[in-house]
Amino acid sequence: MPFLWLVLIVLAIAASGYVIGRGRAMQSAGGDARHLHSLPGYYGWNVALKAAVPAFLVLVLALIVQPLIINKTVSSMIPESEIAEGSNLGLVMAEVRRTADGIDHLVNEGLMDESAARNARTDFTDITQRLKDAGQVVTSNITQPVLAAAQKYRVMNGSGKLVRSALVILVALAGLLWGLKESHKDFRARNIVERSILAMLMAGASVAVLTTLGIVLSLIFNTVEFFKLYPALDFFTLLEWSPSFSGRGGSSALGVLPLLWGTFYISIVALLVAVPIGLFAAIYLSEYAGPKVRAFAKPMLEVLAGIPTIVYGLFALLTLGPMLLSVFGDDGGLGWMQGQRAVMTAGIAMGIMLIPFVSSLSDDIINAVPQAMRDGSYGLGATQSETIKQVVLPAALPGIVGAVLLAASRAIGETMIVVMGAGAAASLSLNPFEAMTTVTAKIVSQLTGDSDFASPEALVAFALGMTLFVLTLALNVFALYIVRKYREQYD
Amino acid sequence: MSDAMNNPANSLLVQDARTAKRNAAEKRFRFFGIAAIATGLVFLVILLTAIFSNGTGAFQQTFLTVPVHLDETKLDKAGNRDIEDIKKVSTFGYNPLIQQAVFDMVQAQGIETPFTKRGDMKALISASAAAQLRDEVIANPDLIGQTIEFRVLATSRVDGYLKGRVTRESVERDKNIDAEHFDLVDGLRDAGIVKKSFNWDFITGADASESRPEQAGMGVAMVGSFFMMLVVLLCALPIGVAASIYLEEFAPQNRWTDLIEVNISNLAAVPSIVFGILGLAVFIQFAHLPQSAPLVGGLVLTLMTLPTIIISTRASLKAVPPSIRDAALGVGASKMQSVFHHVLPLAMPGILTGTIIGLAQALGETAPLLLIGMVGYIASDMPDGFLGGFLDPNSAMPAQIYEWAKRADPAYYERAWGGIIILLMFLMTMNIIAVILRRRFERRW
Repeated sequence: MPFLWLVLIVLAIAASGYVIGRGRAMQSAGGDARHLHSLPGYYGWNVALKAAVPAFLVLVLALIVQPLIINKTVSSMIPESEIAEGSNLGLVMAEVRRTADGIDHLVNEGLMDESAARNARTDFTDITQRLKDAGQVVTSNITQPVLAAAQKYRVMNGSGKLVRSALVILVALAGLLWGLKESHKDFRARNIVERSILAMLMAGASVAVLTTLGIVLSLIFNTVEFFKLYPALDFFTLLEWSPSFSGRGGSSALGVLPLLWGTFYISIVALLVAVPIGLFAAIYLSEYAGPKVRAFAKPMLEVLAGIPTIVYGLFALLTLGPMLLSVFGDDGGLGWMQGQRAVMTAGIAMGIMLIPFVSSLSDDIINAVPQAMRDGSYGLGATQSETIKQVVLPAALPGIVGAVLLAASRAIGETMIVVMGAGAAASLSLNPFEAMTTVTAKIVSQLTGDSDFASPEALVAFALGMTLFVLTLALNVFALYIVRKYREQYD
Repeated sequence: MSDAMNNPANSLLVQDARTAKRNAAEKRFRFFGIAAIATGLVFLVILLTAIFSNGTGAFQQTFLTVPVHLDETKLDKAGNRDIEDIKKVSTFGYNPLIQQAVFDMVQAQGIETPFTKRGDMKALISASAAAQLRDEVIANPDLIGQTIEFRVLATSRVDGYLKGRVTRESVERDKNIDAEHFDLVDGLRDAGIVKKSFNWDFITGADASESRPEQAGMGVAMVGSFFMMLVVLLCALPIGVAASIYLEEFAPQNRWTDLIEVNISNLAAVPSIVFGILGLAVFIQFAHLPQSAPLVGGLVLTLMTLPTIIISTRASLKAVPPSIRDAALGVGASKMQSVFHHVLPLAMPGILTGTIIGLAQALGETAPLLLIGMVGYIASDMPDGFLGGFLDPNSAMPAQIYEWAKRADPAYYERAWGGIIILLMFLMTMNIIAVILRRRFERRW
């Protein structure tokens, strides 16, 4: 039974439960809603929730558990000899799954009948050929154990689906009966319904925790996997980044330091662009500008923050890069720059992106400095700029530092601009016109390449992700701590 | 005392050196502020100019309008107009017809040219023109035997020549086209045969292979983005609102609440690429959801936009004055009823505004999509059906732009800029709707 139908059936059961439950409650009250404990709708909702919620929980559970069981059973069928040199169980299982999908496809198209698909002794060369003829992706010749496993996989999947559908509908019906039995005028339906709504609200709030948990677990799990294949010490201390393209490890040098250097260098360039401009813009807007200028300039600057990063990436690659190259390049320029992609290209584009980020955060912070402090300074005869430099900025400094740190964490985590503007080769150089690469750019290139997921070349991306996650998290926590600590001073 | 008064150096009307210095410093400081704002605005102008000057070209495409004779002996040998027979003729059967038509036109116009064969016209005609003609014939087999006016798509080189991107010098080492072809194009343009016209296919069409930039369009990627946004809306709005209501109205002060709060504020600052890693590890590797599917993209973007939506929803819930809640409780509503019947409807405009802004953010996000395989997939077919829209591999607008920017042919750069114009149009519309919603429905209590 298709998945969508199952969901619709459960929803239909719940909907009919609402109507019947409401009706039963009204009936028990003699048709007069005033004799009911709760409003009639609550009795309906009680039944509907009891029918739908457990059924959906069972469905979700089945969706998670069923593949695990099937995978375990089927993979135990594959003999050790089937796993070729340099391959692993995961790859063979992928082959099994592909074969099973292919057979499914053949059966659906009517090219193969069900008994032939299930027959374990089918001539397997014939099957391979027929799958290929039908346009299915089958990599190698299918061997007998793989075919047998695929057939088992199909059968288990089919019966699993059947069992799942039956179970879900049974649970829904049981919930329906339970709810209907309760639908009586003295039943406290509202309390029950409100409690379950509260539970759902709480579940919604917990998604944030689950997300963090998911991020941390997927990073840790794969990072540990990576350190099993590649020494952790090398990862943290090696001054070289040169993954081999074979995707089998061995000759790869995967040191994180050159990538961190590129990341920091580009972020520093970006901050050198964004912080002075953003800070002065914030000072002018909050201290000098009249309401008209402010009403125009502030939203205009914030447009820069609303532009997607892919636009900045393209701008860096196709406009800024060639522009810088014509000034600093070999061709009629100063001869410092070799290609369009460079630290400066990515850094400047990123700096433009960060201007509104710095300016609006600093603006808020400067506005939070109490007017009395400015008035005191004016009273002593200071000019406006002296007041700003000697009173307002020192008072706002912790907040501004926090804003800069938040901007830095943005810069470190930024991906599209560096992927398009910064280059692909890792290098430990001081020349800002040289191409460098960053942690984020390498995460993308290692995970979008052709190497398989079990190789250290792909797994290293998770270790890089972990590095990035820890770095940005630490920066954020520190920045928020500073901002919070000093904001309280004037409250 | 009177000396001092009379000494012009001490007059209040004449600035002493120190005051002048301080005033100069004041002016300088103010100038820095103005300069900073001006620089920011100049950057914005440069950015927008770059986008529009490079991108508007993508909305124009070069076509040759020529009469094509649909030769019955080539297209329908049996002559019985059987649709199956007509379908058997591949695009190779149509290519010579188009080339012949263009060649005849060149002869008829009397343009001087060193080319003597119809095959030499191949450099002018896009490889997809034949497919378009074939589709038209299959849709209407009665056309066979007639001569029809057909708008032939020109190659990207010809298109680039008319747009000034390709010059005679730049094609010297180009295998596909010679400078003499451009003389032909000049002649045909003067005769009104070669013309640029508005390119609907760029907005509605599908992505094309690396060698046919003239055919590539955003349409399929737009559909992919649409389904992704649908997933984000259907998941993020209910979850976000539920989380906000819980935290704002019901949550007791305890460890779990604190943990949720800390998590939300931290998730808002996690780099988007990390969400891509999460999507890859959990949705694709663990849950075996299909790669490149808008469903997976939508789920990843949901997790990414949730903090934005929660933060803005909480702000608008907080803005509803407590007197509303007290009044509801006072006339006997339960806490839950006061929230769902009174507070939530009043906070709705604010929630919707925040959701639209979150959606706009998600629409422009690219980095997580790279990791779940939405880049590198050539989105050349529309998904079939509603469910297919969620599960079939597809691209998304920003991913499509990135894909084009990566390709070697500079003709694709123009497409990428054009794609950005479309993307920005969507973002602008969404933001304007948000602003209008806020202006129209926001209440000050």
